[in-house]
Amino acid sequence: MIGVITMLRYTLNRFKWAIITLWAVITLTFIIMHTIPGNPFAKEGAMPPAVYENLQVHYGLDKPLLTQYGNYLLEVVQFDFGPSLKSSSISVNDYILKGFPVSLHLGAQALVIAIFFGLILGVVASLKRNKWPDYLSMVIAIVGISVPNFILATILINYFAIKWHIFPVATWATWQHTILPSIALSMMPLAFIARLMRTSMLEVMGQDYILTAKAKGLKRSGVIIKHAIRNALLPIITILGILTANIVTGSFIIERIFGIPGMGDMFVKGISNRDYPVILGSTIVYSAVLILLIFIVDIAYTLIDPRIKVTGEKK
Amino acid sequence: MKKSKFSVLALLMAIMLVLAACNSGSKETSNEKEGGSSDSAKSKVLNVNNSSEPGSLHPANAQGTHESWILEHTFEGLTKKTEEGKIVPGVAESWKISEDGLKWTFKLKDGLKWSNGDPLTANDFEYAWKYALKPETAADYAYQLYYLKGGEAYNSKKGKEEDVGVKATDDLTLEVTLEQPTPYFLDLTSFYTFYPIDKKVQEENPKWALDAKTHVSNGPFKLTEWKHKESLKIEKNENYYDKDKIKLDAVNFALIEDENTAWQMYQSGELDIAYPLPVDVQGQLVNSGDKEFKNGAELAVYYYNFNTKVKPFNNAKVRKALSMAIERKKITDNVAQGGQKPAFGVVPPGIPDASGDFQENTGDLFAENVDEAKKLLKEGLAEEGMKELPDFSILYNTLDSHKKIAEAVQGMWRDNLGVEVTLENAEFQVKLDREKAGDFEISRAGWVGDYVDPMTFMLWETDGAYNDADWSNKEYDKYLKEAKSTMEPKERMAALHKAEEVLIDEMPILPVYFYTKPYMVKSNVTGVYAPINAYPNFIYADKK
Repeated sequence: MIGVITMLRYTLNRFKWAIITLWAVITLTFIIMHTIPGNPFAKEGAMPPAVYENLQVHYGLDKPLLTQYGNYLLEVVQFDFGPSLKSSSISVNDYILKGFPVSLHLGAQALVIAIFFGLILGVVASLKRNKWPDYLSMVIAIVGISVPNFILATILINYFAIKWHIFPVATWATWQHTILPSIALSMMPLAFIARLMRTSMLEVMGQDYILTAKAKGLKRSGVIIKHAIRNALLPIITILGILTANIVTGSFIIERIFGIPGMGDMFVKGISNRDYPVILGSTIVYSAVLILLIFIVDIAYTLIDPRIKVTGEKK
Repeated sequence: MKKSKFSVLALLMAIMLVLAACNSGSKETSNEKEGGSSDSAKSKVLNVNNSSEPGSLHPANAQGTHESWILEHTFEGLTKKTEEGKIVPGVAESWKISEDGLKWTFKLKDGLKWSNGDPLTANDFEYAWKYALKPETAADYAYQLYYLKGGEAYNSKKGKEEDVGVKATDDLTLEVTLEQPTPYFLDLTSFYTFYPIDKKVQEENPKWALDAKTHVSNGPFKLTEWKHKESLKIEKNENYYDKDKIKLDAVNFALIEDENTAWQMYQSGELDIAYPLPVDVQGQLVNSGDKEFKNGAELAVYYYNFNTKVKPFNNAKVRKALSMAIERKKITDNVAQGGQKPAFGVVPPGIPDASGDFQENTGDLFAENVDEAKKLLKEGLAEEGMKELPDFSILYNTLDSHKKIAEAVQGMWRDNLGVEVTLENAEFQVKLDREKAGDFEISRAGWVGDYVDPMTFMLWETDGAYNDADWSNKEYDKYLKEAKSTMEPKERMAALHKAEEVLIDEMPILPVYFYTKPYMVKSNVTGVYAPINAYPNFIYADKK
């Protein structure tokens, strides 16, 4: 009973801080974005002043910055992220509602591949330390980290789509279309997880309790699965929060190469177009996802490691 | 060993199951897609890439190629252009021009219909043009309609709507009054800001252009599907007056931003037209003799601005020296690689003169000459009281192709003049800001003509909106004024030639090359052509 109340209090406390963090993010982004040079309607050559004036009025950019800031906060509270300055056909809400599920889908697939194969490679490498499975896994890991995913994507397209016609080149129409981008996106986190898991496993395997377990006469597989892997997972879970946030909110490069209608290009194109509402909207979504995932990771800790407890108290 | 092999296999199978589970049910389009491709045996469907999500498919709010390519195939203006660039009647059947060139009367074809079956009348044109000029519409391209009398005044809230110079005197007659004689007005009426919109639809549902279901157009095709950020589809418009000449049933527009990916899709057969092409691919194709490769003319010039307010670039001799000391042919052949044409003037080929081609009649307005350049540089610097060029840089917006050209120019100046220039790249927005503020010595620029007339390349009027060189020359201004005051082609063109000569003689800008439009079309597709100031056109295309 006490556990539930503590949990609730803890969650509420975290929620309060999440709101404050989001507010700070919005405010900082707002200030920075109006400080950088450029404006959303700039083009090669000047626009007639009347046209510029009309656009400013239309999007409310003629009002004082403080008013714009206030209006924006009011809209955000109602979950309205405003119009895109570059597209009259889709609002920032549409962008998010349409792009986020796609990025999530792609990211989830990539993450499943990354975690699954990453953990296996890491565990195998640690168990066969300094033998060929170890070297092989670590070569894969090094390639995964050092080869940028746009190169990998191009290679995948070249062989699997153009030469062998197994998968289509690009777009996001059917499940076959999702395979290549998922693989391309997964390589980096896969490599990262594999290396981290290997190190972590080696450390755990040298602990006294593993020795004890072995001495008790437990089967090797039991020791590895029940004691070693479970404990070695902790550092993986720590980075998983940020890794997941990065992956599910979209990869600009992968989405661009494969022509995937996800959220990735919102971040980059929003800034290069100085599309203010898009910049703010994408920053808010990214921050919210990150905050949520870090929270989940903290909860997950307590499930895996009983030594860690949540408290609702302020220190 | 056997055991571990087995477990790897088991894992592989497990992951496949997970992947399959992830996807099952989430996409039902797979069958539809396959159905579509087997269908294409019967129906003719063209696949092209629009590169980017269109910002708006309302003619008044469109502002770039991502919109115009689709609009050009779904709408039709008073006039349209043939493959040879000739202006022919579109929605209009005929027209009359008053002697002073100010009053234009268009007679519309009878019995025309919108894609939803509504009758198309002259009122739709009057309504559309006034709508685009209305300040509340906030149209980027409203200034394209400033040619109309009272257009600018209305758009800048200084005039009234009823004073705008466009009036439907009856269902089939449109009377247009212009601010000043504009010989190329006919060309403008084929431009998308001048397209009509269905007045009835716009008044009933102002958001009609945002959705394929409510989109209404009057051209050869109509919009039938718009999956945001994914794809668009246009289908043959059965209400189009010339529908018998349209052979395609539908066109799919993909929205692939990456040129390399689009090129790979073309190679794998997922696209029928590839444009624009990646630079290195252009380089390979230009001289390959590939039958699918086409290289159309483009109404555009690549040039560098000199900041004429900064010493010693205020001196024409210094500017000319720098311009004469680069080797344009080397740049087009080895760096830009698209079969571009070295520019020794500013008006690109493909624009008609009073007779013949404007650029051909002009010829080269200067020649590259290293010795002459050295002499001019010395004289120019002496006139400014300088011994050598101070530190200066080329400012360009971050893009690989601009960087390579800037590096080539840097090398040529070093070798030919012994001059050292630094290169400075900036994000596009930052470059624009710095040009406006005059915070640069030399900056990269490109200009695409709005209409097919030399006037669209006369940008360097004193205090002109596009005059980033901040150059001012009374003679140049005088010739432009002269050209703007007459409808007589000979006089007009003579004045424009003079203006260009003055410009190049003073060299406030350094022309580099005239663009080309390299694109690929699959050999089973016929009837695709590239108008000089538009993307490849496939209105009359056929697919076998």
